[in-house]
Amino acid sequence: MLINCPHCGTRPIEEFTFNGDASPQRPQSQDMNAWYDYIYLRHNPKGRFDEYAHHSSGCRAWLVVTRDTQTHEVFAAVTAKDYARERGTP
Amino acid sequence: MTGFRLDKGGLIDRTTTLNFSFDGKVFTGFQGDTLASALIANNVHLMGRSFKYHRPRGVISAGSSEPNALVTLREGGRQEANTRATMVELYDGLAARSQNRWPSLNFDVGAVNSLASHMFVAGFYYKTFMWPKSFWEKIYEPLIRRAAGLGHASKEADPDKYEKAYAHCDLLIIGSGPTGLMAALTAARAGVRIILADESAALGGSLLNENEEIDSVSGLDWALAALSELRSLPNVTLMPRTTVFGWYDGNVFGAVERVNDHVAEPSPYEPRQRYTRIFARRAVMATGAEERPIVFGGNDVPGVMLASAMRTYANRYAAAAGKSIVVFTNNDSGKRTASDLRRAGVHVEAIIDSRKTAHLIVDVKGGKRVTGVELGNHRSIPCDAVAMSGGWSPIVNLMCHRGAKPLWNESIAGFVPPDVGSAFVAAGSAAGHMLLSECLADGARAGTMKGRVPAVPKCRDERFAVTPLWWVKESTGKAFVDYQNDATAKDLPLAAREGYRDIELAKRYTTAGMATDQGKLGNVNAIAILADATGRTMDQVGTTTFRPYYTPVSFGALAGPFVRHHFQPVRKTPLHDWAYELGATFVEAGLWMRSSWFPMDGEDWLAAATREVLATRSGVGICDVSTLGKIDVQGPDATEFLNRLYCNTFSTLAAGRARYGLMLREDGIVFDDGTTSRLAEDHFLMTTTTANAARVMAHMEFCHQAHWPDLDVQYVSVTEQWGQMAIAGPKARATLQKIVDDITLDDTSFPYLAARPVSILGGMQARLFRISFSGEHAYELAVPADYGSMVARAVMQAGQEFGITPYGVEALSIMRIEKGHVAGGELNGTTTAGDLGLGKMMSTKKDYVGRMMAQREGLQDPNRQCVVGIRPYDPKGKIRSGAHILNKGDAASMAADQGYISSVAWSPMLEMWVGLALVANGRSRHGEIVKLFDGIRNTLTYGVICDPVHYDRENIKLHA
Repeated sequence: MLINCPHCGTRPIEEFTFNGDASPQRPQSQDMNAWYDYIYLRHNPKGRFDEYAHHSSGCRAWLVVTRDTQTHEVFAAVTAKDYARERGTP
Repeated sequence: MTGFRLDKGGLIDRTTTLNFSFDGKVFTGFQGDTLASALIANNVHLMGRSFKYHRPRGVISAGSSEPNALVTLREGGRQEANTRATMVELYDGLAARSQNRWPSLNFDVGAVNSLASHMFVAGFYYKTFMWPKSFWEKIYEPLIRRAAGLGHASKEADPDKYEKAYAHCDLLIIGSGPTGLMAALTAARAGVRIILADESAALGGSLLNENEEIDSVSGLDWALAALSELRSLPNVTLMPRTTVFGWYDGNVFGAVERVNDHVAEPSPYEPRQRYTRIFARRAVMATGAEERPIVFGGNDVPGVMLASAMRTYANRYAAAAGKSIVVFTNNDSGKRTASDLRRAGVHVEAIIDSRKTAHLIVDVKGGKRVTGVELGNHRSIPCDAVAMSGGWSPIVNLMCHRGAKPLWNESIAGFVPPDVGSAFVAAGSAAGHMLLSECLADGARAGTMKGRVPAVPKCRDERFAVTPLWWVKESTGKAFVDYQNDATAKDLPLAAREGYRDIELAKRYTTAGMATDQGKLGNVNAIAILADATGRTMDQVGTTTFRPYYTPVSFGALAGPFVRHHFQPVRKTPLHDWAYELGATFVEAGLWMRSSWFPMDGEDWLAAATREVLATRSGVGICDVSTLGKIDVQGPDATEFLNRLYCNTFSTLAAGRARYGLMLREDGIVFDDGTTSRLAEDHFLMTTTTANAARVMAHMEFCHQAHWPDLDVQYVSVTEQWGQMAIAGPKARATLQKIVDDITLDDTSFPYLAARPVSILGGMQARLFRISFSGEHAYELAVPADYGSMVARAVMQAGQEFGITPYGVEALSIMRIEKGHVAGGELNGTTTAGDLGLGKMMSTKKDYVGRMMAQREGLQDPNRQCVVGIRPYDPKGKIRSGAHILNKGDAASMAADQGYISSVAWSPMLEMWVGLALVANGRSRHGEIVKLFDGIRNTLTYGVICDPVHYDRENIKLHA
């Protein structure tokens, strides 16, 4: 499996470390329910999935990789920085 | 024909004679032979014994699907079991041994199993070895282990080298028969970067084995011309002896190349095998089709083989399987074998074509070699070999490795590959196109990346037609479906009757389709018989799951060069040489080698560590602390970043000062701790525990990039840039004073928790921190890594007059337990700041990672286990890590559990064992007598809960 790192180009999956679903956003509020959801609640989607990947043996950037959980086809990889800026604060 | 070697023909070099041995007996063969072909040419058909019944078995196939002719090659560390004789290239001096027989292949005691065959029916493992339960471990399992298994692995280390490699291409072509060659030619001529891989030593696939005609020349000549053209092109990589064994995500293929399996010993500069990951933009599966056996009585007697194998031995290896042949077929392959054999001068006694006669073979006569066949009408035909063909199965394995299932095709009576998209396509007979002209056309199509498909050469087609015949039910002899596992035709209906109707269950119950060949020959027959027994169609029964590896891959190839000291890197600290010179014993901590103790005059570890503690606490000691993670943090938002990472505050830390920090996980549990020093207004140096250094760095990168991308902060690991040593003890200041330049180390100019750049030894730039893990008046001195050992030696020299003593992590650990400092045993991923007695560090004035979740009710419960000190009730007694703590009156049970001991040490200062423990509501239980239960060593003693700080509670020595 190959991932197209925005900094390093196409690199093999062994260079990356994964950290699960990228869609939950760190709450700004003090609402405990929002925090429980953020820490523990994970969907297990079939199909497209945004996932944190750390280019730990490369440029050390955290990426958000969009892949298909069934076929493992990788659609896109953007930096977590851009992803965070794009969606703004919750 | 004299003997069984044909007088002419074949792709063997008759001028190069090779000597080899089988079970100690010496034979000769020719360059170009396989072990199987050479044995056949020497009229040796008995090559192995079967798994369960120990029946005599001969070679069935001429390729990688071989289930029977498995032999052990080589000796010592190079010994390799279960090698298929059909794939072993003959070399001079080759020594092969048969397997699964005792005392000899010819006379095997295990063959009595055949007499008890009623016991070995489907599911016999489950039925026979069940009761009594107590027999399992002591009697059944050792018995099964001794009797089962074919070859034996060597117990010596493999002396050969293995490599791993990566390859990239636009088009990967798997298989070099007519389809693969045509695809390769088409793509290569268009300038496409291709890899052509084939499991055989010689490229050309079936064109090497068959009499074909392409472009008005023989199929062989056409293949040789095509290969020579491909070899001349720079965009072509040919990989013979390479099995593409698996298809993985992202169109990545696993391949193993047997670089030096065909010689006795690899040259010293080459690997034995090379494992290559091939990244292919597109790939073509041109793997061809596998001929199937027919299931009939005695279909395993040596001398019975696949019709295509028999003609391969005749055409390619000039080896005759017998003097008088009977052919048994349900398709046109039989006739083709008969005509090739006749052309080679071998007598064909009869062709029994199930499409033309009702009188089929019901039994094969002969034990270790075919002597004749018996037909359903009781007619006997004498012969010494039988060629069988039950039809053809496209080799679909690779295309099914990612979950897609093959589909049944009635017209060719075989499973054909599923459509898995345009990045990986099947072509030729692997796609169920059984005519040569179809293969060439398919190959050209598959090799065209863009534009028009070029015209293909004309060829002569052999007829292909098949009428399924799976099982001769009238068989009188044992009829085998799966040779390697001795699964018979009767086992499958039995499995179905006992409820194992699903093909996956039937496979496991009957063992049909398991072991080294994974049912390459037998599976389709098994499916058909199960379908028949359960009144279902082939599609309804379906196939078992196809998984990598297509054929067995050695551990050596998968491990590659990463063995012995190459298995993982070794990290040596900048003070390693210094410690080594002083005779340190090192301990592995992750990848690090840490100096653990410095024994003198035959001391054991405890004596050495005790002496080191006493010397440090009474004078001065020096310890290598370079392995602590060090992260340099800079930028206008550095303070804010640290405030958010740590539960305590760093914005109030003055430049030139250090502060202990505690980091939580987002779920509120403690993650890591360490001191952070503020070197300048916008410049910090963080330290982490040795174990968490990499994790903390990744955590910081995550928090910054994913949560707070707008913080203007930079940070980098500088762990390896600095050599760091702790200098501790009442004489630490006096020692250091001798090596620092232009500074007086008193409490005014360099107070407790001072942290500053200093100049030492006449101009070297270093950093000095007045911090203490030992509880003594102590410093940590950081110097550029390359000077680590040199500076440590200088410190030793400076401290000589004070009796300076090097100490290791054992002494370090003893001192931290004496002082009640938490470490790995307490920072164990279950404890909160409150549990560790550090609850007051948690700021209420700012946001930080873990703040919200740390407030959860469960994490605030006063009955949580928290850190206390623990000592034996009898001061002469011993306590041990891991012992559970119980109320004095309770019996040992999890319900009564109060906690456990997390760290212990022999305290040289208190002259007794002391420890730290996690105990429910522990802080209010100081002074309580408790039971200590150690279920592993089965001891029950008494202890006393106390304050975690065992030594110098008032910190007098720290501030001395």
